[in-house]
Amino acid sequence: MDGGARLVTSIEAVETGLDGFGYIASRQIATAVFLAQRLNKPILVEGPAGVGKTELAKAAAQWLGLPLIRMQCYEGLDESKALYEWKYGKQLLYTQILKDKLAPMLGDSEGLEGALTKLHGVGDIFYSEQFLEPRPLLKALQQPHGAVLLVDEVDKADQEFEAFLLEVLSDFQVSIPELGTIVAPVPPLTILTSNNLRDLGDALKRRCLHLHIGFPEPKLEARILATRAPEAEEGLRRQLVAFVQALRGMELKKLPSVSETIDWARVLVLLHARELDTQIVRDTLNVLLKYEVDIAAVEPQLLAMVDKAKSDALTPNYGVAM
Amino acid sequence: MSDVLLDFVRAARGTGIRISPAESIDAVQAMNALGWADRAALRDGLGLVLAKTAEEKAKLAECFDLFFARSDMKRPEAPEPEQRLPDQQAPSGAAGEPQGGGGSALGEMLRAGDLAELAARMERAAEQAGVRNISVFTQVNLYARRMLEQMGLRELDREIARGGPQAEQLRQGRDWLRGEARALVERNLALFARGETEKYREEMLRRARLSSLDRRDVERMRMLVRAMARRLAARYARPRKHARRGMLDARRTLRRNMPWGGIPFRTIWKTRKIEKPRLMVLCDVSGSVAAVAQFLLLFLWSLNEALSGLRAFAFSNRCIEVTEILNQLPIEQAGAEIMVQVGFGSSAYGASLEDFARTALRDLNHQTTVLILGDARGNRTEARADLLRDIADRAKQVIWLNPEHPMAWGTGDSDMPRYRPYCKLATHCATLDQLERVIEDLLRASA
Repeated sequence: MDGGARLVTSIEAVETGLDGFGYIASRQIATAVFLAQRLNKPILVEGPAGVGKTELAKAAAQWLGLPLIRMQCYEGLDESKALYEWKYGKQLLYTQILKDKLAPMLGDSEGLEGALTKLHGVGDIFYSEQFLEPRPLLKALQQPHGAVLLVDEVDKADQEFEAFLLEVLSDFQVSIPELGTIVAPVPPLTILTSNNLRDLGDALKRRCLHLHIGFPEPKLEARILATRAPEAEEGLRRQLVAFVQALRGMELKKLPSVSETIDWARVLVLLHARELDTQIVRDTLNVLLKYEVDIAAVEPQLLAMVDKAKSDALTPNYGVAM
Repeated sequence: MSDVLLDFVRAARGTGIRISPAESIDAVQAMNALGWADRAALRDGLGLVLAKTAEEKAKLAECFDLFFARSDMKRPEAPEPEQRLPDQQAPSGAAGEPQGGGGSALGEMLRAGDLAELAARMERAAEQAGVRNISVFTQVNLYARRMLEQMGLRELDREIARGGPQAEQLRQGRDWLRGEARALVERNLALFARGETEKYREEMLRRARLSSLDRRDVERMRMLVRAMARRLAARYARPRKHARRGMLDARRTLRRNMPWGGIPFRTIWKTRKIEKPRLMVLCDVSGSVAAVAQFLLLFLWSLNEALSGLRAFAFSNRCIEVTEILNQLPIEQAGAEIMVQVGFGSSAYGASLEDFARTALRDLNHQTTVLILGDARGNRTEARADLLRDIADRAKQVIWLNPEHPMAWGTGDSDMPRYRPYCKLATHCATLDQLERVIEDLLRASA
């Protein structure tokens, strides 16, 4: 089956595979994807915002050649929005259209009971797959060759929904009372992400591989930057990374993450910067820091930090052998 | 090989990670998928399957290194003692000596410097002696001795006692062997006994009186308090609405379906609102309860971290709101700051209640629970129980937690009997366990 999920042979294969689609995976991430495929278990990814949790799912889908089905969680999300719903409007419309057909059919039957028996015969057609509106979870289970299912920000959903998710994730099947049980022909590669807004239940965590993606090491970040913002020069990239890494050591309300580093690199390229200087950093600091307080805290030290980033960039820590 | 993994799981449990049987099955599967060859991959894999938070991952990695250091130690350490075992001239010089017949097996191995075999034997002896059941450090010598006896120490001793040209060499070998055995037992102690000891100490701490805690236990206590506050907060953070299944909200359904001429396409069901308790906490930080106050503040801080909308007050001879301080400062500084502002004075409950009433009385309503932590010893100042009555009238309930035993209430300058009628609950609370039980009841009653 050429459309089917590619069989993952080794951790290295995952690493190079994701690399091919612009996602630089650390060893842990690659191991997680490898194990998820082997053990048929969902991955629960936790970590600060902007470290590439959602990107992982996208890259994995591209690499495996499977459709990506995304479900964004929010407070109040329920089964009818996540799993399936009946197309009420269509059902109603069809009954109206079929009214003429039904009338003669029922007309010749004697009494209420006879009519009911006849109705029983046709009643079920309104609860068939034609009238079923599949929502993300069901859609992911129905894919003939499997899929990558991304359940984004589970922590935002209610606890009830989390419990409901357990059923789907442990067996990759759902039961619809009117139709019976639907089992996935190929279990989807499931990735759940969480920003730690609230502690997820133990039961859910137990069913998942738990992957924590933190801020990347300087070397890894430099590699990510090289693939994501190749238009920036290497010298600049090193300095960028050194500066951001220093920022993360400070006590800030919100630390800049990888996505901010990439944005910043692109901004600097647009401004034709060839290397960091205090003025340009001051002007573009709002790309990295999202709070007024943080910017105020960093600004007085800017000169020293830029100088330090420049000298740090020359150490082999940030070395990108190209 | 899965036996080794199960031992590892046991060791990991000892560090405080909760691992269910289902997870250990997963671990075995992960191990089969990853193989034993790549150590780093195996560690990452086990981290993915077994550890569920970033802290647990760090703990597990540490435990992994310690655990698998055991099988590693044989090889890399082997060449080192080889140098320590002196005079390897045995083959030529010793062949003709009389020890050939009467020598013990252990002595033979020592003489031959067969370290691989020695290490293997030691492992086997450790298994037989049941080293993994070790639970306290005083057992180290016992287990080391048992292991050596398994390996045939007695014969070796006899051989050394008999003297001879190689007695000195054998004695050195025996000393080295003893050191190795002890090291092995100690590693096992670190791996397997930690959980037991830790559990025992935590149990003790939870029951110990807050006023009589050792300084060195403070750190551990902090962890316990925070874990407890988090647990309570999770309970408190339950959903506010509950759908009442099967009860149609006819009014809202009709309203919602107006666009379709009132034909109910979208149904709306009735929900039941659950009110979250609003908490105001007054904490006594005066000299008489100073020892306890530290923990009460710590508890307050942890609770504040976990719950939103908590208002906290601290008082001794006057009362100030400390919500902001708790919000902004880390615990060490917050505690100190509060103590600087109001701490250590002699308590005056009347004046403090007055202060509280002035700042917060109008914010009290039928959802608010007022929690007072203090010994009610007002140094013979006016008690102002009437103020507490006002507070109790406006609030949903007043709960008083007193670190003193009820027997002492009303003795000396204690005003407890005068306050008591206005408290829905007045109870003795001197240990962490009691504190947790009270708060849990409180949250359950209102959730």
